[in-house]
Amino acid sequence: MKAYADLEALARKGRYLVLKTVHHSGAGHIGGPLSAMEMLIALYFNVLNIRPEDPLWEDRDRFILSKGHSAIGLYVVMALRGYFPLEELATFDKGNSRLQGHPDMTRLPGLDASTGSLGQGLSFGVGIALGAKLKGKTFHTFVMLGDGEIQEGMVWEAVNTARKYRLGNLTALLDWNGLQQYGWRGQGRGDRRDPWDDADPRQIFQAFGWRVREIDGHAFDQIIAACTEARAAAAEGVPTVIVAHTIKGKGLSFTEGKHAWHSKVPTREELEQARKELGIEGEEALA
Amino acid sequence: MKTQALREVFGETLVELGAQYPNLVVMDGDLANSTKADKFEVAYPERFLEMGIAEQNLMGAAAGLSTLGLIPWISSFAVFLTHRAADPLRMLVAQTHANVKIGAAYAGLLTGYTGKTHQDVEDLAIVRAMPEMVVLAPADAVEARAMMHWATAYIGPVYLRLARDPSPVLFKEDYVFEPGRVIRLKEGADVALVSTGVQTPRTLEAARLLKKEGVHATVLHVGSIKPLNETELVEAVGEAALVVTTEEHNVYGGLGGLVAEVLSAHNPKRVVRIGIQDVFGESAPNEFLLEQHGLSPPKIAQRVLEEVR
Repeated sequence: MKAYADLEALARKGRYLVLKTVHHSGAGHIGGPLSAMEMLIALYFNVLNIRPEDPLWEDRDRFILSKGHSAIGLYVVMALRGYFPLEELATFDKGNSRLQGHPDMTRLPGLDASTGSLGQGLSFGVGIALGAKLKGKTFHTFVMLGDGEIQEGMVWEAVNTARKYRLGNLTALLDWNGLQQYGWRGQGRGDRRDPWDDADPRQIFQAFGWRVREIDGHAFDQIIAACTEARAAAAEGVPTVIVAHTIKGKGLSFTEGKHAWHSKVPTREELEQARKELGIEGEEALA
Repeated sequence: MKTQALREVFGETLVELGAQYPNLVVMDGDLANSTKADKFEVAYPERFLEMGIAEQNLMGAAAGLSTLGLIPWISSFAVFLTHRAADPLRMLVAQTHANVKIGAAYAGLLTGYTGKTHQDVEDLAIVRAMPEMVVLAPADAVEARAMMHWATAYIGPVYLRLARDPSPVLFKEDYVFEPGRVIRLKEGADVALVSTGVQTPRTLEAARLLKKEGVHATVLHVGSIKPLNETELVEAVGEAALVVTTEEHNVYGGLGGLVAEVLSAHNPKRVVRIGIQDVFGESAPNEFLLEQHGLSPPKIAQRVLEEVR
């Protein structure tokens, strides 16, 4: 368990490593990994019952990054947590890499699912949670969804099935950052319309019989409390969705709330600015 | 000749396998009373998961469930599994080499008056084009059962193409399935007829009709669409001047395409592809549909005679 101050420092370092890696590989996503950073750090350092040295441990909690294009955020956090050396981040998106553009469970032990086609991760999680119940396993399955992603109909098939089978051992985290790759014209919480500014996903989950918790997705105490509560209530047989209010591109003055930073490669100057804004010291110069 | 429906044997074999494999689970898309997977629910209610009318989720959940060492057999219609659920099939099952077994019922033309919406005549093309997939199309109930036993023991994704209505039983009870094998059912020097699925008994019947006309046909059954032992196929076709493929599938991307691919690389010769000529079907009696698409034994025989004379 990490203290909040340590978690804050990890999140700053994580943000910098996301930008650095994307700059280095010349491809990748920025906005989503930054909006999810606190949740990923909280999960991997304080919530998930995992063994990085034994990534396939049978009784580990499962985590599925359904918004698979935020892969670099997940890799950075896994590296910080000790699943593989930080240096391996330099292989992201390169040939023969374990760090594919979208998470590939067949390449990197520790990834509990392959994702990338949006809307599929929750179904995979439903299968794992169902299997856990059949096998009498008590681990918990967490699935992170994007607010753009839940436009996919398959998500709601999974939501319906999770209620039907009373999957209290399944928790979704909704990274509600209010922006998708392009989206609709107009002003929302960022520089385009929030995909859910005219319908409330909280009410939809609720109507499907899920327990809905609402948090600030950048506040470690709220993330950890909501996840702990969801796990503790597993036996009640009600799946939980943690609706996390987040800011896309959070943490950097030039990326926050900008849809254009969904997937954009930072320049050398932007990376340097990020280093200053995040207060990162001692990072080696880039090749 | 004794006939048996593949769906009947599907349900019975699931029950049989359920006893043998305590980790076998059946996941249904609200069609168990059609696919006959309902027999499994009666035998093992706790291992029968009704996933409702939501095939994408069904496919994705099966992949997730398989990561815990459970063996899910999916029960639904081919058309919903290969079309509606094509994306999770590709992403979550094929790309992860998930240990998921797909019981694709009601494949082909003969789906009980449902018409073109339910007739899956593109499934072989779709699933065969996905790396990691094993694609099987049994000729009869005996082979279907043998394939199910093999598929359950095999670790990885398997697509099993099943037909709805009763068809003749060709194989003896001691038949053992081997992936990739090409099975020679009849020997003849004039033409090689190659078939798959329950079209094989009809092709065999066509060969009998041809014999009466003095044309001697070799009949080959390719139940293992993928993997396929290409050398075996080339050798089995032998010196036949003409090869005719017959299938309840579009002539694009199915068995005909497969045979043409293999022969063009190893022993080029003329290949006539009998099957659905890139059109959608309609709701009609089986006999009408088989006639319409040139797949009835007399139609096949007639076409071969036109080609050889």
